[in-house]
Amino acid sequence: MRKRRLKGERLVTLLLLLPSVIAVCVFVYGFIGWTGYVSMSNWNQLLPDYTFVGLRNFLKLFAHPRFQIDLRNLAVFTALFLTGSLIIGFLLAVLLDRKVRAEGFFRTIYLYPMSLSFIVTGVVWRWLMNPGSPQMGSTGINLLLEKIGLGFLKSGWYTDPRVGIKAVAVAAIWQMSGYVMAMYLAGLRGIPEELREAARVDGANEWQVYRYVILPLLRPITLGAIIILGHISLKIYDLIVAMTGPGIGFSTDVPAYFMWETTFHANRFAQGAAIAVILLLMVSLLIVPYLIFSVRREAEV
Amino acid sequence: MTLGKMLPWQRVLLYLVLVGFATFYLMPVYVLVVTSLKSFAEVNLYRMWDLPHSFSLESFRKALLGGFGFTGLAHNFMNSFYVAIPATLASAFLGSLNGYVLSKWRFRGSNTMFTLLLFGMFIPYQSILIPLVQTLMKLGLYGSIPGLILAHTVYGIPITTLIFRNYYATVPKELVEAARIDGAGVLGVYTRIMLPVSMPGFVVVMIWQFTSIWNDFLFAVTIAQNPAVQPVTVALNNLAGSYIVEWNVQMAGSLMAALPTLLVYIFLGRYFMRGLLAGSLKG
Amino acid sequence: MRRAALLVFLGLLSWGLVGWAQPGKEYTVPADTTLGAVAQEVFGDSAYAPAIMRATNAKSLADPSFLKVNVLDMKIPAGAKLWIPERTWAEAFIAFWDPNRPEDLFGGGKLVVGSWWTAGGEAEGLNALFEIYGGYYPDVQIVNATIAGGAGFVFRAVIKPRLIAGDPPDTFQLHAGLEVEGYSPETYLTPLDKLFEIEGWTEVLPKDLLDLLLYKGHFWGVPVNIHRANVLWYDRAIFEEYGLTPPENWDEFFTICDKLKAKGVVPFVMGNAGGWEAAHLFETILVSTVGADGYKGLWTGETPWTSEGVTQALEILKKVLDYVNPDYAALSWDGAGEYLIAHKGAMMIMGDWTNGWFMAKGYEDYGWAPVPGTRGIFDALSDTFCLPKRAPNPINALGWLRVCGSKEGQIAFNRLKGSIPARTDLTPEEKALFNPYLQSCMEDFARDAIVPSVIHGAAAIESWVTDFKDAVNLFLATKNVAATQASLVEAAEAALAAMGQ
Repeated sequence: MRKRRLKGERLVTLLLLLPSVIAVCVFVYGFIGWTGYVSMSNWNQLLPDYTFVGLRNFLKLFAHPRFQIDLRNLAVFTALFLTGSLIIGFLLAVLLDRKVRAEGFFRTIYLYPMSLSFIVTGVVWRWLMNPGSPQMGSTGINLLLEKIGLGFLKSGWYTDPRVGIKAVAVAAIWQMSGYVMAMYLAGLRGIPEELREAARVDGANEWQVYRYVILPLLRPITLGAIIILGHISLKIYDLIVAMTGPGIGFSTDVPAYFMWETTFHANRFAQGAAIAVILLLMVSLLIVPYLIFSVRREAEV
Repeated sequence: MTLGKMLPWQRVLLYLVLVGFATFYLMPVYVLVVTSLKSFAEVNLYRMWDLPHSFSLESFRKALLGGFGFTGLAHNFMNSFYVAIPATLASAFLGSLNGYVLSKWRFRGSNTMFTLLLFGMFIPYQSILIPLVQTLMKLGLYGSIPGLILAHTVYGIPITTLIFRNYYATVPKELVEAARIDGAGVLGVYTRIMLPVSMPGFVVVMIWQFTSIWNDFLFAVTIAQNPAVQPVTVALNNLAGSYIVEWNVQMAGSLMAALPTLLVYIFLGRYFMRGLLAGSLKG
Repeated sequence: MRRAALLVFLGLLSWGLVGWAQPGKEYTVPADTTLGAVAQEVFGDSAYAPAIMRATNAKSLADPSFLKVNVLDMKIPAGAKLWIPERTWAEAFIAFWDPNRPEDLFGGGKLVVGSWWTAGGEAEGLNALFEIYGGYYPDVQIVNATIAGGAGFVFRAVIKPRLIAGDPPDTFQLHAGLEVEGYSPETYLTPLDKLFEIEGWTEVLPKDLLDLLLYKGHFWGVPVNIHRANVLWYDRAIFEEYGLTPPENWDEFFTICDKLKAKGVVPFVMGNAGGWEAAHLFETILVSTVGADGYKGLWTGETPWTSEGVTQALEILKKVLDYVNPDYAALSWDGAGEYLIAHKGAMMIMGDWTNGWFMAKGYEDYGWAPVPGTRGIFDALSDTFCLPKRAPNPINALGWLRVCGSKEGQIAFNRLKGSIPARTDLTPEEKALFNPYLQSCMEDFARDAIVPSVIHGAAAIESWVTDFKDAVNLFLATKNVAATQASLVEAAEAALAAMGQ
């Protein structure tokens, strides 16, 4: 009797999951497969052409100067964005954890950029980092630097190919470092005061407390932050669109931007799909081990 | 030197650093607000840090209602609501069902299924864009608000499922058991036990979804480029790219595009934080 | 003030047109009859009956005293008022009307016009066309579907999926030339050969342009204007102050640059925020180094991309970059134009839409000359409107195309847009309606060798344009002449192979 009821209920639960499972199967896995197929096809004009050409699109892509620059840009961007956000986020969390008056006020200010669209961020920072020129006058941050007597720090920002993507990383750090702060702050609050006290009693100075007690305890949070920021970084697109476009000599171009442009502007669907597949592989390298690890660990608990 | 026993100069330094960072974070908003309050006569790139001399709402009016050669953001604003509200509700509902089953009715392979589901949250959407466009075209939903709602709903399932699953995991087993003894089935437990305590979960999920859908650009620019159905992010980006639109109007437009999510953040910040942290898979 | 006067004048002009507009005439039926019989009588062919039905129904929407014709073969009672359209309209209607679409016999509905004309000047020109159209077809509701950004690059990305999805506007803007290839016209657009024939456009459009418009043996778009890409604009105040004259060749150009640089003036300004402006500049330099025929040959495979002229062009571009404003990556071409207006920058190279923009800004202190080394060559681009196969209101669009191709439409539009009419049959009085720059431009157009612009869609298929643009963009940072030339060669090989298919 009870068994039959269980069986029936099992069916109901599966039915409840079914719409989502089907949707995700089709829209995630089915579409990824489809994109994979397009990436090995000859579809490089407006009308679909599914003739199989093997890995040709990938080989061409890796030989493409723009794509090589994109990969380099992405690496620079990711490195800067991750370290910048982690360091600033951690610093702010540690500072805020020191029984600061008006903590909520500061926290709100540090975190609010997170609620904005990358488009808004991009539009604003495009103007902030518009360097101006000696003849017409400085604008944006350069103007501000001039005003406070730090004129020597002026830069061409994203208009200077040597700076390029690094300028975009600054805007991205502005947007996401508060998020890291929130994560670390939650983590710090979870560490019992006794642990720190114990270390202090053992004669550790404040620096050592952080280095040997707190940081190791926060390792899972650091890992989580790296995963979250890392996948945002690899996918970065909106910010580039609104802030700089591909830039002089593609100095602010990234694979995601190239993908959209080559697919929907130049009708090179197969090339676009190949870029998408490469992006997916990069993200998977980061995400899959972490996903398996955290779900499995949770199952063990 | 323990906590709370900082020397006065250290305290001062601490606050200086905090205020310094606050300035950095507020700087863009300062420019946004100051510029959008300036009158057209006063807008000058080379005086962008100066306070406005007089208070003017001209730029907001123009950004909303449009001017010569461009249409205002007012209807794009509405489009964003038309997309974000149904998609938020739909994905939250589906996520709650999934979260319920995956937390309280585990079966063999449910963890694997959950992992497979979660993967959908991290994929670069570029990797599904071409098939998505093709499929929406076949369905006659391309270039329409329902098409965009569909995309946001489906790709929202992983994160809503994750948040609900974690949330429902905190509902005591005993409550479920008790309801089962009273004869409640799968749906009975859901409606009688889970739904009534789900409110906070729904708030977190809905805030999260609303914010990400409102802020989305990639799906919108790919699926809904037609000016009649463009959400505000796409329209704002076009506005900023069009050279006849004055700088202050762009700033006013940005401020308005940011406002809904900013208000949500300011007034429901606590839940917003929870969503953020949930997004990190509980560390 | 000048602009207001202009608008008033335009108003008068279009009012004058409405006088003889409403193409066709009223016709009261003397005795019971059918549309077929009426058509036989007025056009000598009963096959024109559907055209009369459509015209009468459209008329009756505005003026109920006209008969509403519900069915093609219905009996028309004596005394009923019909509207007989002018012959060319009737012919065009019969040529393009699909008998499976009876809904097109009733008039009314919308006309959705897609374009990227949102800026000052061009938006006003578009409005002038709308006004003329509204005078002819008051039954139709016009929907202005513009999308700004990147000289149409954004617009094109939007319109393509809409074409494929079967959701196109009724008509949309398209550059004359090989840009049409990117739309797979055989699948998605209606050939307009018949319309060209009926309207006699093959007689009044210059041969070079007609060649450009033909793709796979058909006309796919109706040209409304001509722009010139190879114009050097300069600030007269600066040139007068330092006693300079516009450069005829690149040596003179660089001499001027050195002189101005020493004085603290930005010698040459450009923008590249749109991603195409530098490629536009390079295109005009190419024209100057390889000549008109050589340049045309680059796009057909007759001139090799390995040739010396291409190398020279890259060397010149590289040198030009030494004199440009440092913030060019952040500016679009109009932002760069601000340097001229402020008398802080001396020269810029941009298409002649700059003229309309200068006018809109109230800047009058500018002069113009051909890009150094291109006197006698006219690097042209033309905007056309096309008819998508699945246009929701094809007959309304047909009326639009006729307005675009008409003399009055082109005069009204181009005076405001700051371009010249594509038609070459303007009378001296009509030419006098245009501003001095445009008049000189018309003279050049009639006299010069015409070459197609690549960056504005005329000379090459879109994927080639993309590669060309990308190569130039990369060059801005690397300044590597040999590598850039190599990638230009490669792009040409790939594109020519694709076109040969």
